[in-house]
Amino acid sequence: MPKPDLHEPPASAASTTPVQPPRGTAHPKVAHQDAAHRTIRNGLRGPDSIKGTILKIVLLGLVDAFAVYVLMMLFLSQSWAALAVSSLVVLAINWIYLRRGGLPAKYLAPGVLFLLVFQVLVVFFSGYIAFTNYGDGHNSTKEDAIAAIQLTAQKRVPDSPAYKAAVLTKGDTFYLLFTDPSGKAQIGSTDEPLTEVSGAGKDSTGKANSLPGYETLKFQEIVANQQEILKITVPVSENPADGTLRTADGSTAYQFKPALRYDTATDTFTDSDTGTAYRDNGKGAFADANGETLATGWKIDVGMANFARAFTDPSLRGPLLGVILWTFTFSVASVALTFALGLFLAITFNREDLRGKKVYRILMILPYAFPAFLSGLVWSGILNPEFGWLNQTLLGGAHIGWLTDPVLAKISVLVVNVWLGFPYMFLVCTGALQSLPTEIDEAARMDGASPWRVFRSIKLPLLLVSVAPLLISSFAFNFNNFNVIYMLTGGGPRFADTDRDIGATDILITLVYKVAFGQGTGRDYGLASALAIIIFIIVATISAISFKQTKALEDVN
Amino acid sequence: MSEAQVRTLPSIEQAHDGGPAPLVPKRRPFGVWFKDKGWRHAVGIVTTIFAVFPLLYVLSAALDSNGTLVGSNGLFSRFDTGNFTALFSDPSRPFGRWFLNTLVVGLVTSAATVFLGAMAAYAFSRMRFKGRRVGLLTLLLLQMFPQLLAVVAIFLLLSGISQVIPALGLGSQLGLIMVYLGGALGVNTYLMYGFFNTVPQSLDEAAKIDGASHVQIFFGIILRLVTPILAVVGLLAFIGISSEFVIASVVLTDPDSQTLAVGLYSYVAQQRSENWGVFAAGAVIAAIPVMALFLFLQKYIVSGLTAGSVKG
Repeated sequence: MPKPDLHEPPASAASTTPVQPPRGTAHPKVAHQDAAHRTIRNGLRGPDSIKGTILKIVLLGLVDAFAVYVLMMLFLSQSWAALAVSSLVVLAINWIYLRRGGLPAKYLAPGVLFLLVFQVLVVFFSGYIAFTNYGDGHNSTKEDAIAAIQLTAQKRVPDSPAYKAAVLTKGDTFYLLFTDPSGKAQIGSTDEPLTEVSGAGKDSTGKANSLPGYETLKFQEIVANQQEILKITVPVSENPADGTLRTADGSTAYQFKPALRYDTATDTFTDSDTGTAYRDNGKGAFADANGETLATGWKIDVGMANFARAFTDPSLRGPLLGVILWTFTFSVASVALTFALGLFLAITFNREDLRGKKVYRILMILPYAFPAFLSGLVWSGILNPEFGWLNQTLLGGAHIGWLTDPVLAKISVLVVNVWLGFPYMFLVCTGALQSLPTEIDEAARMDGASPWRVFRSIKLPLLLVSVAPLLISSFAFNFNNFNVIYMLTGGGPRFADTDRDIGATDILITLVYKVAFGQGTGRDYGLASALAIIIFIIVATISAISFKQTKALEDVN
Repeated sequence: MSEAQVRTLPSIEQAHDGGPAPLVPKRRPFGVWFKDKGWRHAVGIVTTIFAVFPLLYVLSAALDSNGTLVGSNGLFSRFDTGNFTALFSDPSRPFGRWFLNTLVVGLVTSAATVFLGAMAAYAFSRMRFKGRRVGLLTLLLLQMFPQLLAVVAIFLLLSGISQVIPALGLGSQLGLIMVYLGGALGVNTYLMYGFFNTVPQSLDEAAKIDGASHVQIFFGIILRLVTPILAVVGLLAFIGISSEFVIASVVLTDPDSQTLAVGLYSYVAQQRSENWGVFAAGAVIAAIPVMALFLFLQKYIVSGLTAGSVKG
C-alpha cells in the first residue's frame, strides 16, 4: 500500500520533465543542435559549465575563507594537533573539488565530513575519555591544577600593608587603582597583573583616584556593583605564588597569598599553617599522608579503572546490573507489546468494508504524531501519585505509587511506551499485511484451513520476513529510549542500597546522562563514557547477530 | 459506553442510506453482526480512548487557568486562556524564543539534512566507484548507534571548539546544528537511495547526451522527480529534531537560546505540580504544528516509514 503513494508522483512527473529543460546554461539550444555540433561540444565541455565553475569557485572560496579563519584561531590558541588535522581536512576538501574526475567524492564529501566528525570521531573520543578520570575536579592539566589551587586557597598575608584603592572601569572590565604606602600608583585587574602607572590624579589624602582613559566609580556605583568588586583579584605578578590584592569595600586593599605553598623541586603543596604536605598521589590529585586530597585535581589516564569500578564498586555494581537487566527487559517488552498490539489492530481493521475505519486510524496514530518528549511529561502528570488524574479522579483519591513503587513504575513506563509506539507498529503492520498476496489466503481457505491456521502458518511468517528489520531497529531505538524514561520517572524511584542517583527504571543511556551531567553529584565524564562504551558493545553485538538472523529469514523465503 | 455506540451504529447506517434498497444488506441479528464486525468497533473505540485521552487531558489542563496539577483533574471544567497569557509573559522562561529557536534549528537542520542526504544518495545510486558497497553497508551499520550515546564526547568536543571559535561551541545553536548534521547521512541516505533507484537511468542518459552536466542532472531532473521522498526525509528530520532533548540540553545552556524540548522540561523539572497549567499550554502550542504537519502529510510519512520494510 505505501509504495504506490511514493512512486506515483515520479512516474507522472517523469513524463513532463523532458519538456522542461533543466536550469543552467544554453541547454535548450543544445537540444536542437545537430549531432555533429553536439559531439564537438561534448568534447570541449569540461565537467561543468562556466556558470557552474564560477559558482563552484565562489562556494569553495567561502569555505576556504572560513577555513583560514579557523586555522588562524587554532594557531593563536596553539592547539597544534587540531591545527594539523584541520589543515589536512582543508587540503583534502580543496583537492576533491578542484581536481578533474572523482565525481562521487564531490557529492559525498560534505555529508561524510559531518558524519566523520560528529558521529565517528566522537565515538573514538568517548573511547578515549573512558580511559581517563575526566570529570569535575579533573578537567585540565597538572600545571593548570597547580595554578588553580594557588589561586583559590588564599589568605591575607599577616601584617601586610594596607593599600589605598579606587575602583575604575574601562569597557566592561573593572580595574583597581592602588596607592601603596610610599605613594606609588599601580593598576591591575583580574586578568592583568599589577603595573605601575604615572599621571594618576590624586585626592587630598594622596590616594590616586583617577587615570586618563578610565572611569572612576562613584560611591553609589561601588555599592551597586559590590558583588563584582568583591570578585576582583589582582595578581601581584605573573607568578601565582606571589599572591593577589583584593578589596572588600572598594577603598582599601590587602595582599593575599596562597595558603598552600607549592614547591616545584619536590612537587608538593605545603599548608603554611599546619605544615601538612600534599603529594601527587598518582591518581590525578594531591593527597596528604592520610589520603585527604585537595579539591582540584587534573586529568590522567586511568586505564581500565572506570570499567573495573563499574563492576566492582559496591555502590555501583548492584544497581548497574539491575539497570542492564531492566534495559533489556524494557526494550524487548516494548517491542513485543507494541508489535502485538499493532498487529492485532492491523488485523482488526484490515477490512475494506468497515465503517469509520479512517476515523479510527487517524485517532489511533495521534500519539505517534505527538512529540515524544511531551508524552512522558504529560503522562507523568496523569500518573502522579499525589495529585495525578488516575489516582485522584479515576480511583477516587487512592494513593497508588504509579511512579514511586519500583514494580509499578516499571509497568507504568511500559504502558506509556506502548502508548507511544503502537501506532507505528499498527501502520507498519497494516502496510505489510496489505502487500501480502491474497491468492495464498484464498488457496489455504480452499484447502480447508481455519482463519487462525491461515494467520499462524502463512500470514505471520510472511509478515515477519518483511517486518523483522523494523523490529530490530525498534529494539535498538528502545534500547536507548532516553526521552520516555527521563521525562516520565527521571529513572526513579531510587535504589535504596546506593548513594548514587540510580533508580529502578533507569536504563543505561539515562544512567550515562545522569553520571555525566546529573545535578547534585559531581560530573564524572570518564565513568559515563565507560558506560556508553558498554552500550556500544551491546548494541553492536545484538545488531550483528540479528542482521545475520534476518538474512537467514530472507533466504528461507 | 462503547456498547451503546456499537449498538447505534447499524441504525445510523440505515438512516443515512435510505435510498435504493438493493445496495443495503439485510439487517442481521446483533450476534452475527458483532462476531463479524462489531467487535472490531469495540476494539477501535477502546483503543481510541486509550490513544486520545492523554491528549484531551493536556488540552483541558491548558484551558484551565487554575494552574496546578490537582486543579487539572476535572476535565474541561473551565475554559479560559489565562495559561497562554502566563506562558508568553514570563521573561525568565521565554517561550516565544524557544518556539522560534526550535523552528530555526529544526528548519535549518532538516533542509541541510535533505540536501546532504540527497547528494550522497545520488552518488550511491548513479555512480559506480570503489568502496560503494562498503560505504552503503557502513551507513546502515552506523545508524544503529544514535548520536546521543556519545553525548559526553560531543559536549567536550564543543567545549574545546568554544575556546577557539566561540560562535560554534557550547551554547551556540550553530554548533548544535553542526552536531545534528553528523547524523544526516545515516538513515536518510538509505531511504533516499532506494527511492533514487526507482527513477529510470535512461532519463539521465538522455539528458547527458543532450549535454547536461552532472550538476544539471542532479538539480534539474533527479531532485524534481524525488520530491516526495525529500519531503518525507525533511519532515521526519524536523519532527525528530524538535523532540531531541539530550544533546540540546547539554549544548544550549542559556535560556534564551534553548529549544522547546529543553525549555518545557525545565518548566516541570523542579515543581511539576505548580506550573502544570502553563506547561500544558506550552505543550499544546508546541505539539500543534508538528501534529498538523504529521497528519497532513501522513500518507507520505507512512510510506517513508515502511519503504525499508517492504523493499526488504
